[in-house]
Amino acid sequence: MRIFVKIIIFLILIPSKSFSLIEVDITRGNLDPLPIAVSPLSIDENSRQNFEKILKKKNIGEEISKIIEVNLKTSGLFNPLNKDAFLQAPDIANLKPRFEDWNLIKAQALITGKVSYTDEKLRVEFRLWDVLAGKEMVALAFTTVPTNWRRVGHIITDKVYQRLTGEKGYFDTRIIYVAEEGPKTKRIKKLAIMDQDGANNKFLTLGNELVLTPRFNPTSQMVTYLSYFRNLPRVYLLDIETGTQEVVGDFPGMTFAPRFSPDGKKIIMSFAKDGNSEIYTMDLENRIVEKITNHPSIDTSPSFSPDGKFICFNSDRSGYQQIYIMKSDGSNVKRISFGKGLYGTPVWSPRGDLIAFTKLHKGKFYIGVMRTDGSGERLLTENFYQEAPSWSPNGRVLIFYRETKTDDKGQGFSAKLWSIDLTGYNERMVKTPTDASDPSWSSLLSN
Amino acid sequence: MKKSRIRNIDQGAIMKLNKILKNTLLIIFACFALSACATSKKTTGQMQGDVYTGTDTVEYLASGVPDRVFFATNESVLTTASRETLRKQASYLRKNSKITIVLEGHADERGTREYNLALGERRANAAKDYLMTYGISSNRISVLSYGKERPVDSGSNPLAWSKNRRSVTVKAN
Repeated sequence: MRIFVKIIIFLILIPSKSFSLIEVDITRGNLDPLPIAVSPLSIDENSRQNFEKILKKKNIGEEISKIIEVNLKTSGLFNPLNKDAFLQAPDIANLKPRFEDWNLIKAQALITGKVSYTDEKLRVEFRLWDVLAGKEMVALAFTTVPTNWRRVGHIITDKVYQRLTGEKGYFDTRIIYVAEEGPKTKRIKKLAIMDQDGANNKFLTLGNELVLTPRFNPTSQMVTYLSYFRNLPRVYLLDIETGTQEVVGDFPGMTFAPRFSPDGKKIIMSFAKDGNSEIYTMDLENRIVEKITNHPSIDTSPSFSPDGKFICFNSDRSGYQQIYIMKSDGSNVKRISFGKGLYGTPVWSPRGDLIAFTKLHKGKFYIGVMRTDGSGERLLTENFYQEAPSWSPNGRVLIFYRETKTDDKGQGFSAKLWSIDLTGYNERMVKTPTDASDPSWSSLLSN
Repeated sequence: MKKSRIRNIDQGAIMKLNKILKNTLLIIFACFALSACATSKKTTGQMQGDVYTGTDTVEYLASGVPDRVFFATNESVLTTASRETLRKQASYLRKNSKITIVLEGHADERGTREYNLALGERRANAAKDYLMTYGISSNRISVLSYGKERPVDSGSNPLAWSKNRRSVTVKAN
C-alpha cells in the first residue's frame, strides 16, 4: 500500500482573521454541537462516469461528503444537518452560497466543494463557509490518485476541524489493534489495521501465534508488538508497508510492553528474568541496549513524554501497581498515583500535559487522566473491565478496549474498542469486524 | 356520581398497588434464590481465602503428582499446599532425570495485560525457585508467562479467577 501519497495542495487562500467568525470550544464537553451543512461535492457528468468505472461508486462526490459527515458527527463537536432540507444545488452553492437559505435551516457552517477527473487523477476543491458572517473560512484544492478518495474525505475533515477548533484533527489516521476470535480459553489473536473510521480493515498476521499490544511508531509506518512466535514471547518490529519483521534485541527471556520513543528511534520495553521485570531501551540504529530501571519489583508499561526527557511507567515497588515517572536515564524515580485503588498502563499525552491510565478500584475498571505530577486525577469512564488507553494524535480523544462479564456458564464474552473524549463526553463503540483489543492510534498520515 | 367515580379510581389504584407488591415479593424471592446459589458455591470449600484449593482443573504429571499450583490475587507467594505439590513434582523429576519442563505462569482477567504478563512470569519463577531448592537443575526448567491470555475457566467470578491464577508444570519432552 502506498502510504505517503503525494497530495498537492496548490491553492490556499489564507482566511481573513476576524474574531466574529465561528469557533468550537473543544476543551469542555460539548453538549451543543455546531450545526453544519455538508453540501454534497458537486461533480460533472463526465467525471462521474469515469470515477464510476474506476471506483465502482455511483457518485464519488456524494461518497466523499458522507465520509466528512460521519467524521464530524463522530467527533461529537458537530451536528451535520439532514441533506433533504438543503435548498441550494451543490454546484451553485460551491460558487456562491445563498447564506439566507443556509441560515434558514439553522446551519452555522457550510462545506461545499467540487470533484473532477483530471489527468486520470482525482481533483477535489472544497470551501468552508461561516453562514452567519457570510464569509469564506477555508478554501483548498488537492489532487491525488482516485483510490485515495476516502483519505480525501478525512483530510477535508481535518482542515475543517482545525479551522473551527484551532487544533489539528485526527481523521486522516489509522488504528492498529488485535483482532480476536474463538472461545475465551483458546482465543485466536491477529494483528489488524484499519482507518480511524473503521474502513479498509486488514489483518496483518494469520493467527498462528498469539500477538499482543501493537504500537505505532509516531514518525513512520513501523509497528512494535509482542508475539509468541515459537512460544517465545518477544518484542518484534514490523514494517507494515513491506511486511518484514524482526525480533528486537537479543534477550534471554520474555520481552514485552513495547513502545517507541517520540522520535521513533528507540524502543522502550520490559524484559523479565528470574521473576523480575525491568525497563530497557534499544536504539534501532546502533542496537545499543540500555537498562533503565533497577529494582526487584515489577517495572513495566513504560511510555515516553513527547519531548523524550521523561518516562512514565507502572511498578509495584510500593506493594501494589502504581504509576511512577523518572528521567529518561532512569534517575529521579517518583511515584505520582496516590488515589485509592491500583493504577496501570500510563500513557503520556502527545500534548505533554497529561497521563492517561487504567485504574482498578473496588472491582471496577476506570479510564482516567492525571497531570504529570499526579494532581488533577479525573476518571472518564467506569466499567466491568476496560484498559489500555491510546491517545489520538491531537491528544483530545482516547481509544481503549472493554471486555464484558461472562454469565454463569462462561458464555457471553466479548471485547470491543471504545473511544471517549478527554472531556468525558462522546463515549462510543468503534466498530470492528471481529472482537478487538489493544488499540494504538497512528499519527496524522498527512499534515 | 362524583363519589362513585372517586371510589372507582381508588379501587384501580389499590389493584395496581397489589400488583406492585406481588411483583416486588417475586423479585425478593428471586434474590433469595440467587444468593442461596451464590453462597452454596462458596461453601463447597474450593477456595481458602481467594486461593483455589479444588481439583477441577488439575491434571497429573504422574499418579499422585498434580501439575499445578494456585495463587492469591496479585500474589506470587507459594501456599503450604503449593509447596507440597511442588515437592511431589521435584521428587518425580528427580526419579525421571531426562524429563525437562516448562513452567507456565498465568494471571486472572482482573488486571492490565502487561502487568499480568510480568506477574505470570513472577509466579512461574516462584515455582521454579522452589523446585530448584529441591534439587532440580535450572537447565531442566524453562519459564513461560501467558499473563491472562490462557484462562482455564472462562467465568467472570471469584472461583473462576482463582482457578486461573496458577503456575502449570508441563513436560517439554
